[in-house]
Amino acid sequence: MKFFKYLVAGTIFGIVMAQSEALSWYRIQEMFRFQSFHMYGIIGTAVCLGVLGVFLIKKFQLKDIQGNPIEFAPKEPQMIKSLLGGTIFGLGWALSGACPGPIVVNIGYGISSMSIVLLFAVFGTYCYGILRDKLPH
Amino acid sequence: MMDFLLNPWPWWFSGAMISVIMFALIFFGKSFGFSSNLRTICAMTFGRNVKFFDFDWRENTWNLTFLVGAAIGGFISYAFMHGGEAIDLSEATKLDLAALGFAAPTDLQPSEVFSWEAVLTLKGFLVLAVGGFLVGFGTRYAGGCTSGHAISGLSNLQLPSLVAVIGFFIGGLLMTHLIFPYIY
Repeated sequence: MKFFKYLVAGTIFGIVMAQSEALSWYRIQEMFRFQSFHMYGIIGTAVCLGVLGVFLIKKFQLKDIQGNPIEFAPKEPQMIKSLLGGTIFGLGWALSGACPGPIVVNIGYGISSMSIVLLFAVFGTYCYGILRDKLPH
Repeated sequence: MMDFLLNPWPWWFSGAMISVIMFALIFFGKSFGFSSNLRTICAMTFGRNVKFFDFDWRENTWNLTFLVGAAIGGFISYAFMHGGEAIDLSEATKLDLAALGFAAPTDLQPSEVFSWEAVLTLKGFLVLAVGGFLVGFGTRYAGGCTSGHAISGLSNLQLPSLVAVIGFFIGGLLMTHLIFPYIY
Protein backbone atom coordinates (compact mmCIF):
# COMPACT_ATOMS: atom_id res chain seq x y z
CA MET A 1 0.00 0.00 0.00
CA LYS A 2 1.75 3.09 -1.31
CA PHE A 3 0.15 5.48 1.17
CA PHE A 4 1.15 3.52 4.27
CA LYS A 5 4.36 5.48 4.80
CA TYR A 6 2.36 8.74 4.92
CA LEU A 7 0.04 7.21 7.48
CA VAL A 8 3.06 6.30 9.62
CA ALA A 9 4.63 9.76 9.17
CA GLY A 10 1.32 11.41 10.13
CA THR A 11 0.94 9.15 13.16
CA ILE A 12 4.43 10.09 14.38
CA PHE A 13 3.59 13.75 13.74
CA GLY A 14 0.45 13.41 15.87
CA ILE A 15 2.39 11.77 18.68
CA VAL A 16 5.03 14.54 18.52
CA MET A 17 2.37 17.28 18.68
CA ALA A 18 0.71 15.62 21.67
CA GLN A 19 3.81 14.53 23.62
CA SER A 20 5.47 17.94 23.10
CA GLU A 21 2.24 19.58 24.35
CA ALA A 22 2.31 21.79 21.24
CA LEU A 23 -1.37 20.94 20.79
CA SER A 24 -2.22 22.70 24.04
CA TRP A 25 -4.10 26.02 24.05
CA TYR A 26 -2.10 26.82 27.21
CA ARG A 27 1.24 26.45 25.41
CA ILE A 28 0.09 28.82 22.65
CA GLN A 29 -0.90 31.39 25.28
CA GLU A 30 2.46 30.96 26.97
CA MET A 31 4.16 31.54 23.61
CA PHE A 32 2.23 34.70 22.73
CA ARG A 33 2.94 36.04 26.23
CA PHE A 34 6.68 35.28 25.89
CA GLN A 35 6.60 33.44 29.22
CA SER A 36 8.30 30.20 28.25
CA PHE A 37 10.99 29.04 25.86
CA HIS A 38 9.18 25.75 25.14
CA MET A 39 7.40 26.56 21.85
CA TYR A 40 10.29 28.70 20.60
CA GLY A 41 12.64 25.82 21.38
CA ILE A 42 10.49 23.35 19.40
CA ILE A 43 10.08 25.58 16.33
CA GLY A 44 13.66 26.90 16.58
CA THR A 45 15.18 23.40 16.73
CA ALA A 46 13.07 22.26 13.77
CA VAL A 47 14.05 25.31 11.72
CA CYS A 48 17.78 25.10 12.55
CA LEU A 49 17.95 21.40 11.63
CA GLY A 50 15.74 22.17 8.62
CA VAL A 51 18.06 24.89 7.31
CA LEU A 52 21.04 22.57 7.71
CA GLY A 53 19.31 19.63 6.03
CA VAL A 54 17.95 21.66 3.09
CA PHE A 55 21.43 23.12 2.59
CA LEU A 56 22.97 19.62 2.52
CA ILE A 57 20.30 18.27 0.14
CA LYS A 58 21.00 21.14 -2.28
CA LYS A 59 24.79 20.94 -1.90
CA PHE A 60 24.97 17.20 -2.58
CA GLN A 61 22.00 17.26 -5.02
CA LEU A 62 20.33 14.37 -3.24
CA LYS A 63 17.54 12.35 -4.80
CA ASP A 64 14.26 11.16 -3.35
CA ILE A 65 13.31 7.48 -2.96
CA GLN A 66 11.99 7.36 -6.53
CA GLY A 67 15.36 8.59 -7.74
CA ASN A 68 14.12 12.04 -8.74
CA PRO A 69 16.26 15.08 -7.83
CA ILE A 70 14.83 16.86 -4.78
CA GLU A 71 13.58 20.32 -5.69
CA PHE A 72 12.20 22.95 -3.37
CA ALA A 73 9.30 24.97 -4.75
CA PRO A 74 9.79 28.64 -3.86
CA LYS A 75 6.92 30.28 -1.96
CA GLU A 76 4.77 32.78 -3.87
CA PRO A 77 6.70 36.04 -3.58
CA GLN A 78 3.85 38.44 -2.79
CA MET A 79 4.53 40.08 0.56
CA ILE A 80 1.10 41.69 1.11
CA LYS A 81 -0.71 38.38 1.12
CA SER A 82 1.93 36.80 3.36
CA LEU A 83 1.60 39.62 5.88
CA LEU A 84 -2.20 40.05 5.78
CA GLY A 85 -2.90 36.33 5.57
CA GLY A 86 -0.34 35.65 8.28
CA THR A 87 -1.93 38.22 10.58
CA ILE A 88 -5.42 36.75 10.06
CA PHE A 89 -3.99 33.29 10.74
CA GLY A 90 -2.28 34.53 13.91
CA LEU A 91 -5.55 35.99 15.25
CA GLY A 92 -7.20 32.60 14.76
CA TRP A 93 -4.21 30.67 16.14
CA ALA A 94 -4.34 32.56 19.44
CA LEU A 95 -8.16 32.50 19.62
CA SER A 96 -8.59 28.76 19.00
CA GLY A 97 -5.22 27.77 20.46
CA ALA A 98 -4.40 25.53 17.51
CA CYS A 99 -2.98 25.69 14.00
CA PRO A 100 -4.19 23.22 11.32
CA GLY A 101 -2.07 20.19 12.30
CA PRO A 102 -2.83 20.34 16.02
CA ILE A 103 -6.55 20.91 15.28
CA VAL A 104 -6.68 17.40 13.82
CA VAL A 105 -4.37 15.89 16.47
CA ASN A 106 -6.64 17.34 19.18
CA ILE A 107 -9.66 15.57 17.69
CA GLY A 108 -7.77 12.27 17.90
CA TYR A 109 -6.68 13.19 21.42
CA GLY A 110 -10.35 13.30 22.40
CA ILE A 111 -11.01 17.06 22.32
CA SER A 112 -14.21 16.55 20.35
CA SER A 113 -15.19 20.24 20.28
CA MET A 114 -12.08 20.86 18.14
CA SER A 115 -14.17 19.46 15.26
CA ILE A 116 -16.03 22.81 15.25
CA VAL A 117 -12.68 24.55 14.72
CA LEU A 118 -11.88 22.14 11.87
CA LEU A 119 -15.28 22.63 10.23
CA PHE A 120 -14.94 26.40 10.29
CA ALA A 121 -11.31 26.23 9.14
CA VAL A 122 -12.50 24.36 6.03
CA PHE A 123 -15.23 26.98 5.62
CA GLY A 124 -12.63 29.77 6.00
CA THR A 125 -10.48 28.22 3.28
CA TYR A 126 -13.60 27.92 1.09
CA CYS A 127 -14.38 31.63 1.60
CA TYR A 128 -10.80 32.52 0.68
CA GLY A 129 -11.24 30.53 -2.52
CA ILE A 130 -14.38 32.50 -3.39
CA LEU A 131 -12.95 35.92 -2.49
CA ARG A 132 -9.46 35.31 -3.83
CA ASP A 133 -9.71 37.60 -6.88
CA LYS A 134 -11.05 40.48 -4.77
CA LEU A 135 -8.28 40.42 -2.13
CA PRO A 136 -4.99 42.36 -2.28
CA HIS A 137 -2.09 40.02 -3.04
CA MET B 1 13.89 5.12 27.39
CA MET B 2 10.19 4.26 27.84
CA ASP B 3 9.96 6.77 30.67
CA PHE B 4 11.44 9.39 28.39
CA LEU B 5 8.88 8.69 25.65
CA LEU B 6 5.90 8.41 27.98
CA ASN B 7 6.54 11.70 29.76
CA PRO B 8 6.06 15.09 28.05
CA TRP B 9 8.84 15.50 25.52
CA PRO B 10 11.49 18.23 25.89
CA TRP B 11 11.57 20.96 23.23
CA TRP B 12 14.82 19.83 21.63
CA PHE B 13 13.59 16.28 21.04
CA SER B 14 10.19 17.47 19.79
CA GLY B 15 11.79 19.98 17.41
CA ALA B 16 14.23 17.38 16.09
CA MET B 17 11.35 14.94 15.50
CA ILE B 18 9.46 17.57 13.50
CA SER B 19 12.44 18.03 11.20
CA VAL B 20 12.73 14.23 10.87
CA ILE B 21 9.10 14.20 9.66
CA MET B 22 9.76 17.10 7.28
CA PHE B 23 12.78 15.35 5.74
CA ALA B 24 10.94 12.02 5.54
CA LEU B 25 8.25 13.72 3.42
CA ILE B 26 10.92 15.44 1.30
CA PHE B 27 12.64 12.11 0.63
CA PHE B 28 9.23 10.62 -0.23
CA GLY B 29 9.09 13.29 -2.95
CA LYS B 30 6.52 15.46 -1.13
CA SER B 31 6.65 18.45 1.20
CA PHE B 32 5.56 19.23 4.75
CA GLY B 33 2.52 21.52 4.70
CA PHE B 34 -0.57 20.56 6.63
CA SER B 35 -3.07 23.27 5.69
CA SER B 36 -3.14 22.25 2.00
CA ASN B 37 -5.47 19.55 3.31
CA LEU B 38 -8.15 22.18 4.01
CA ARG B 39 -8.08 23.18 0.34
CA THR B 40 -8.14 19.52 -0.70
CA ILE B 41 -11.19 18.90 1.49
CA CYS B 42 -12.97 21.83 -0.23
CA ALA B 43 -12.03 20.40 -3.63
CA MET B 44 -13.41 16.99 -2.62
CA THR B 45 -16.70 18.31 -1.31
CA PHE B 46 -18.64 21.53 -1.89
CA GLY B 47 -15.94 23.60 -3.60
CA ARG B 48 -15.81 21.99 -7.01
CA ASN B 49 -17.56 24.84 -8.85
CA VAL B 50 -15.03 27.41 -7.53
CA LYS B 51 -11.96 27.91 -9.72
CA PHE B 52 -9.54 27.80 -6.77
CA PHE B 53 -10.76 24.30 -5.87
CA ASP B 54 -11.06 22.98 -9.41
CA PHE B 55 -8.13 20.56 -9.39
CA ASP B 56 -7.73 16.82 -9.06
CA TRP B 57 -7.78 16.37 -5.29
CA ARG B 58 -6.58 12.77 -5.68
CA GLU B 59 -3.01 14.05 -6.18
CA ASN B 60 -3.13 15.07 -2.49
CA THR B 61 -4.40 11.75 -1.18
CA TRP B 62 -0.97 11.23 0.40
CA ASN B 63 -1.45 14.37 2.55
CA LEU B 64 -4.98 13.35 3.56
CA THR B 65 -3.46 10.03 4.65
CA PHE B 66 -0.94 12.04 6.70
CA LEU B 67 -3.91 13.92 8.24
CA VAL B 68 -5.62 10.67 9.22
CA GLY B 69 -2.32 9.56 10.76
CA ALA B 70 -2.12 12.80 12.77
CA ALA B 71 -5.49 12.02 14.38
CA ILE B 72 -4.37 8.43 15.07
CA GLY B 73 -1.18 9.77 16.65
CA GLY B 74 -3.23 12.03 18.91
CA PHE B 75 -5.31 9.03 19.95
CA ILE B 76 -2.24 6.85 20.64
CA SER B 77 -0.74 9.59 22.78
CA TYR B 78 -3.97 10.02 24.74
CA ALA B 79 -4.69 6.31 25.16
CA PHE B 80 -1.21 4.90 25.77
CA MET B 81 1.25 7.71 26.54
CA HIS B 82 -0.79 10.15 28.58
CA GLY B 83 0.44 10.62 32.10
CA GLY B 84 -2.71 12.43 33.17
CA GLU B 85 -0.74 15.06 35.04
CA ALA B 86 -1.41 18.79 34.68
CA ILE B 87 0.59 20.71 32.11
CA ASP B 88 3.76 22.28 33.53
CA LEU B 89 2.77 25.81 32.57
CA SER B 90 4.90 28.80 33.56
CA GLU B 91 3.78 30.58 36.72
CA ALA B 92 3.52 33.92 34.88
CA THR B 93 1.05 32.45 32.37
CA LYS B 94 -0.98 30.87 35.17
CA LEU B 95 -1.25 34.28 36.87
CA ASP B 96 -2.21 36.04 33.62
CA LEU B 97 -4.87 33.44 32.86
CA ALA B 98 -6.18 33.51 36.44
CA ALA B 99 -6.67 37.27 36.01
CA LEU B 100 -8.85 36.48 32.96
CA GLY B 101 -10.90 34.04 35.06
CA PHE B 102 -9.26 30.74 34.09
CA ALA B 103 -8.85 28.02 36.72
CA ALA B 104 -5.41 26.46 37.27
CA PRO B 105 -4.67 23.91 34.49
CA THR B 106 -5.63 20.33 35.28
CA ASP B 107 -5.08 18.88 31.80
CA LEU B 108 -3.63 19.79 28.40
CA GLN B 109 -6.67 21.88 27.39
CA PRO B 110 -8.76 24.36 29.35
CA SER B 111 -12.34 23.28 30.02
CA GLU B 112 -13.25 27.00 29.83
CA VAL B 113 -12.64 26.82 26.06
CA PHE B 114 -13.19 23.21 24.96
CA SER B 115 -15.72 21.54 27.28
CA TRP B 116 -19.13 21.14 25.60
CA GLU B 117 -20.59 23.04 28.52
CA ALA B 118 -18.54 26.06 27.41
CA VAL B 119 -18.93 25.44 23.67
CA LEU B 120 -22.74 25.31 23.88
CA THR B 121 -22.89 28.94 24.98
CA LEU B 122 -22.99 31.66 22.29
CA LYS B 123 -19.61 33.06 23.33
CA GLY B 124 -17.97 29.65 23.59
CA PHE B 125 -19.25 28.60 20.19
CA LEU B 126 -18.17 31.85 18.53
CA VAL B 127 -14.64 31.57 19.98
CA LEU B 128 -14.11 28.19 18.26
CA ALA B 129 -16.03 29.06 15.08
CA VAL B 130 -14.36 32.44 14.51
CA GLY B 131 -10.98 31.03 15.55
CA GLY B 132 -11.27 28.18 13.08
CA PHE B 133 -12.53 30.47 10.32
CA LEU B 134 -9.58 32.87 10.74
CA VAL B 135 -7.11 29.97 10.76
CA GLY B 136 -8.55 28.47 7.57
CA PHE B 137 -8.93 31.78 5.75
CA GLY B 138 -5.58 33.17 6.87
CA THR B 139 -3.52 30.10 6.14
CA ARG B 140 -4.65 29.90 2.50
CA TYR B 141 -4.33 33.67 2.03
CA ALA B 142 -0.79 33.55 3.47
CA GLY B 143 0.04 30.45 1.43
CA GLY B 144 0.85 28.18 4.36
CA CYS B 145 0.56 27.52 8.08
CA THR B 146 3.05 26.75 10.82
CA SER B 147 4.31 23.67 8.97
CA GLY B 148 4.37 25.13 5.45
CA HIS B 149 5.75 28.57 6.32
CA ALA B 150 7.41 28.48 9.76
CA ILE B 151 9.07 25.06 9.34
CA SER B 152 9.35 24.24 5.61
CA GLY B 153 9.55 27.82 4.32
CA LEU B 154 12.08 29.10 6.86
CA SER B 155 14.18 25.95 6.39
CA ASN B 156 14.43 26.93 2.71
CA LEU B 157 15.17 30.57 3.67
CA GLN B 158 12.03 31.89 1.97
CA LEU B 159 11.45 35.60 2.61
CA PRO B 160 7.64 35.33 2.14
CA SER B 161 7.66 32.72 4.91
CA LEU B 162 9.50 35.05 7.26
CA VAL B 163 6.94 37.77 6.48
CA ALA B 164 4.10 35.29 7.09
CA VAL B 165 5.60 34.23 10.45
CA ILE B 166 5.88 37.90 11.43
CA GLY B 167 2.19 38.15 10.50
CA PHE B 168 1.39 35.08 12.67
CA PHE B 169 2.90 36.94 15.61
CA ILE B 170 1.25 40.29 14.84
CA GLY B 171 -2.12 38.51 14.83
CA GLY B 172 -1.37 36.32 17.84
CA LEU B 173 -0.11 39.22 19.95
CA LEU B 174 -3.11 41.40 19.02
CA MET B 175 -5.51 38.61 19.96
CA THR B 176 -3.75 37.67 23.20
CA HIS B 177 -3.00 41.13 24.56
CA LEU B 178 -5.67 43.43 23.11
CA ILE B 179 -8.70 41.29 22.29
CA PHE B 180 -8.62 38.56 25.00
CA PRO B 181 -9.47 41.04 27.79
CA TYR B 182 -12.75 41.77 25.95
CA ILE B 183 -13.56 38.07 25.50
CA TYR B 184 -12.61 36.62 28.88
